[in-house]
Amino acid sequence: MFAEFLQYLFTGITIGATYALIALGFTLIYNASHVINFAQGEFLMIGGMATVSLTAMGVPMVLAIILAVLLAGVLGILLQRFAIAPAKQADVVTLIIITIGASIFIRGLAQLVWGKEYHVMQNFSSDEPIRIFGAVLNSQSLWVLGIGAILVVGLVLFFTRTLIGKAILATSMNKEAARLVGIRTQLVLMLAFLVSAVLGSVAGVVVAPITFTSYDIGIMLGLKGFVAAAIGGLGSGMGAVVGGLLLGIVEAMAAGYISSDYKDAVAFSMILIVLFFMPRGLFGAKVVERV
Amino acid sequence: MLNRFMQMRLRDLIILAVILFALPLFLNNPFHYDLATQMAIIAATVVGLNLLVGFAGQISLGHAGFFGLGAYFTGIMTSNYGWSSVPALVVGAILVGIVAWIVGRPILRLKGHYLSMATLAVGFIIAIILNNERALTGGPDGMPVPAFTVFGWELSPFGSYNLLGMELNGSEAWYLFAAVVLLVAVWLAQNLIDSPIGRALRSVHGSEVAARVVGVDTARYKSLVFVVSAIYASAMGSLYAHFQGFITPAVAGFDFSILFITMVVLGGMGSTMGVILGAVVLKLLPQVLADFQELETVMFGAILMLTMIFMPKGLLPTIQTAVGKRMKKKAGGQA
Amino acid sequence: MSALIEVKGLDKAFGGVHAVEGVSFSVEAGQVYSVIGPNGAGKTTLFNLITGLYTPTKGEIRLKGESTAKLEPNELAERGMCRTFQQMQICMNMSAIENVMLGRHLQLRSNLFTTLFRLPSLLRDEKSCRERAAELMEFVGCGEYLDTEASAMSYGALKRLEIARALAADPKVILLDEPAAGLNAVETAALEKLIRKIADQGTTVMLVEHDMKLVMGISDRLLVLNYGRVLAEGTPEEIRNNPDVIAAYLGG
Repeated sequence: MFAEFLQYLFTGITIGATYALIALGFTLIYNASHVINFAQGEFLMIGGMATVSLTAMGVPMVLAIILAVLLAGVLGILLQRFAIAPAKQADVVTLIIITIGASIFIRGLAQLVWGKEYHVMQNFSSDEPIRIFGAVLNSQSLWVLGIGAILVVGLVLFFTRTLIGKAILATSMNKEAARLVGIRTQLVLMLAFLVSAVLGSVAGVVVAPITFTSYDIGIMLGLKGFVAAAIGGLGSGMGAVVGGLLLGIVEAMAAGYISSDYKDAVAFSMILIVLFFMPRGLFGAKVVERV
Repeated sequence: MLNRFMQMRLRDLIILAVILFALPLFLNNPFHYDLATQMAIIAATVVGLNLLVGFAGQISLGHAGFFGLGAYFTGIMTSNYGWSSVPALVVGAILVGIVAWIVGRPILRLKGHYLSMATLAVGFIIAIILNNERALTGGPDGMPVPAFTVFGWELSPFGSYNLLGMELNGSEAWYLFAAVVLLVAVWLAQNLIDSPIGRALRSVHGSEVAARVVGVDTARYKSLVFVVSAIYASAMGSLYAHFQGFITPAVAGFDFSILFITMVVLGGMGSTMGVILGAVVLKLLPQVLADFQELETVMFGAILMLTMIFMPKGLLPTIQTAVGKRMKKKAGGQA
Repeated sequence: MSALIEVKGLDKAFGGVHAVEGVSFSVEAGQVYSVIGPNGAGKTTLFNLITGLYTPTKGEIRLKGESTAKLEPNELAERGMCRTFQQMQICMNMSAIENVMLGRHLQLRSNLFTTLFRLPSLLRDEKSCRERAAELMEFVGCGEYLDTEASAMSYGALKRLEIARALAADPKVILLDEPAAGLNAVETAALEKLIRKIADQGTTVMLVEHDMKLVMGISDRLLVLNYGRVLAEGTPEEIRNNPDVIAAYLGG
C-alpha cells in the first residue's frame, strides 16, 4: 500500500517538477509582456531533440546539452523579436494565435530536421533504479529534481539580486515607469523570452530520458505547463512551482488510483475546480478594476 | 428607415447567397463539392463562435468540445437507437445548450487568460470522455454515422437526386443543403447582433462597466451567448457527422478547437463575413500546401504567424479598410 | 419622508489605505448634489461605492430606504440609478446611437425567440427605442452624430453621448463624474445648461466636479471630501464661508 503510494508520489513529483519549470517559463513571459506563449512547449522539444541528435552525432553529452539550450535560447529571442514585438498592439486572442502559429512553425521545422520518430535519450547517470521502502525511483528523477531546484533558486537570486532581474520585474509591474527610469524595455522583453526558453529547454533535456522525445511532445507539455501556471495564478513564480508540483502529483495519483485514461481529465478538472473557487489561481494577485 | 446594420445585413446576405450558388460553376468533381460542403458546415460553426468571441469578446479555446458532443450525440442516437436525424440534431443541440449553460455560468466569471484556460479544459475533458467511453463511442477508432434522413428521405453523398428538374449527385445535393444551412446560420446570427440582445453582447466587449451601470446583467448575457454559440457548434457537429459518415474523437479535440478560434481571429473577429472567409482560407490552405509535402507544417505555421502579425484585425477587416481608403483617395482625386 | 440616497459611516480601504472613511450624508430627491475635494480625496471611489462597482468595507448605503449592500450595478440601474465615468466608458465598437440605445436596455422587452426571427414586436420596440435615443442625443447636443461610429467622435461629443446614454435609462438619479473635465469654456457653459435641464425634469443629479464656478452655481448642496473624510457639508453659501474648506483649498 505505502510502497504503491510512494511510487506514484515519485512519479508525480518528477513530472511535476518538469511542469513547474514550464510554468515558470510561462510566468516569466507573462509577467514581462502579458503574453501567454503557446510555443513554450516547443522549447522543451528543442532541448530534448537537439540533445539527442547531437549526441547521436558523437558530440559529448554535456556539450550537446549546452548547444541545445543555446539553440532554444536563440529561438526564444527570435520569437520575441520577430513574432511578438511587431504585434504588440494586438488583441489577447490575436497574440495567442501568433504564438500558436509560431509553435506550428517550430514543430514543422523539427519534423523536417529530425523526422517524426520517437527518440530515446540515455539517463545522465546510471540506469540502476534506486529502491526506497519498496518503491522504485529512476535515477534520472533525482536529476530532474536537483536541476529543477537549482534553476528555481537561481531564478530567485536572479530576480532579487541582479540588476537585470530587477529590471525585468520593474518592467512587468509598470512598463512606462520602467522606461522612464531608463530601462530598455525591448531588451528586457527579449531577455525574458531568452530565460524562459532556457528554462524550457533544460526541462526538456532532463525529462527526455524518462518520457522519450519527439517533434510533437511540446504541445501537451506546453499545455500542462499552462495549466500549472493557471492553477498557481498567472504571474506568480511561487504559484508556478506549487501549481506544477500539485498538477504532477494529482495526475500521477489519478493515473494510479483511478485510471490512466482519465489522468488528463483529472488534471483539467482540477484547474476548473481551482478557478471556480479562486478565479485568479492559488497565488494570483487580486486586482481592483479602476474606472 | 434603414440603419447601418440593416443595410449591411442585406448586402452581406445577398453577396453570400450569390457566392454560394455561383460556386458550383467552379466546382467540377465530387471532391471539390465535398470540400465546399465541409467549409460551409465549419463556417456556420465559426459564425456561431464569432458571436461569443468577436461580439461579446469572450475567448473559447474549447469549442470543438460542443461540436464533438453534437456529432457524437447524432452518431450514437441515429446508429444505435434508430433515431431520425432531425430529432437527434435538435435534442443534441438542446442538451449541449444545457451543458454549456451549466459550465458557462461559473467559468464566464473568469477573465482573459483564465477564461481561455477554463474553456480549453472543458474541451479537453469532453474529448477525453469521448475517447475513453468505448462502449458508447467506439473510442479512438471512432464510429460510423448513417446518412442524414428526414421523414424517410435520405441525403447521402452517394445518392442521386432530382431538384426542380436538375439532376444532382449526392455531393452536389449535400453542398446545396450545407449552403442553405450556412445562409440560415448567418441570417440568425445577424438578427441576434442587430437587436437589444446584440447590443448588450457588444457592450460586454466594448465596456463591461458601462453595460452594467445601464442595467445589463452581463453575466446573464455572457452565458446566453455561450449557450447560443455552443448550440451552433452542436448542430453543425451533427451535420458534420452525417456528412462525413464517420467520426473520431478528434472532432472534439484541441486541434479542432484551435482551428475554430483561428478561423475567427484570422478572418476578422466581429465580422460575420470575415470569419466565413477565415474558415474558407484555413480549410483551403492545407490543400494548397499539400503539394509542398514535408514543408506543409512549416509553411502553415509561417503563414498563420505572418498574417496575424501584419493583419492583427483579421483578413476581411484589413481588406475592407484598405479598399475603403483607396475609394476615398479616388473620390478625393476626382473632386 | 426619507432621503433618496442615504450614506452612513461609509468606509472603503484598499489594502491599508482608506480611500473613503466614515462618510455620511444624504441626498433628497430633486436636488443637485455635488461632491468636491482635491485630487485623491475619494470622490470617484465614493461614486463607485454608491453605484455598486465597489463593495464597502464598512457602512451602509440606502437607495429609497433600501440597503444596496447586496445589489449589483445592473440591479441598481433597475432601481433608477445611472452614471457616467471620469474615464469615459463608451462602447467604441458601436455607433453613437447604439450606445444610447444600450442605455434603454431595461425598457426593452425582447427574448431570444423574437430576436432570432426578428418578429414585428421586436421591430416596433427597436423603432421607438431608436426614436427616443435620437431625441436624447438632440437633448444633450450631439444630435448630428446619430450613426457615426463612436470611435470617430470628438472627446466633447463623447462626454455628452455618455450623459445621453445614462438618461436613456430614465433614471431617478444620475451620477456625473467630472463631466466638465477636458471641456472648454463654451462646452462647459453648455454642460451647465444641460445639467439644469436634467434637474428641471425632476431627475436628481449627483456631481463630482473640479470646476468651482460650475459647481457653486448649480448645486443645491455640496459635500467636501479631503483624504477620504468629510470636511464640510452644506449649501454653496455655507461651503464658501467654511474656514476648513478655505484652508484646505488655499493650501492651509
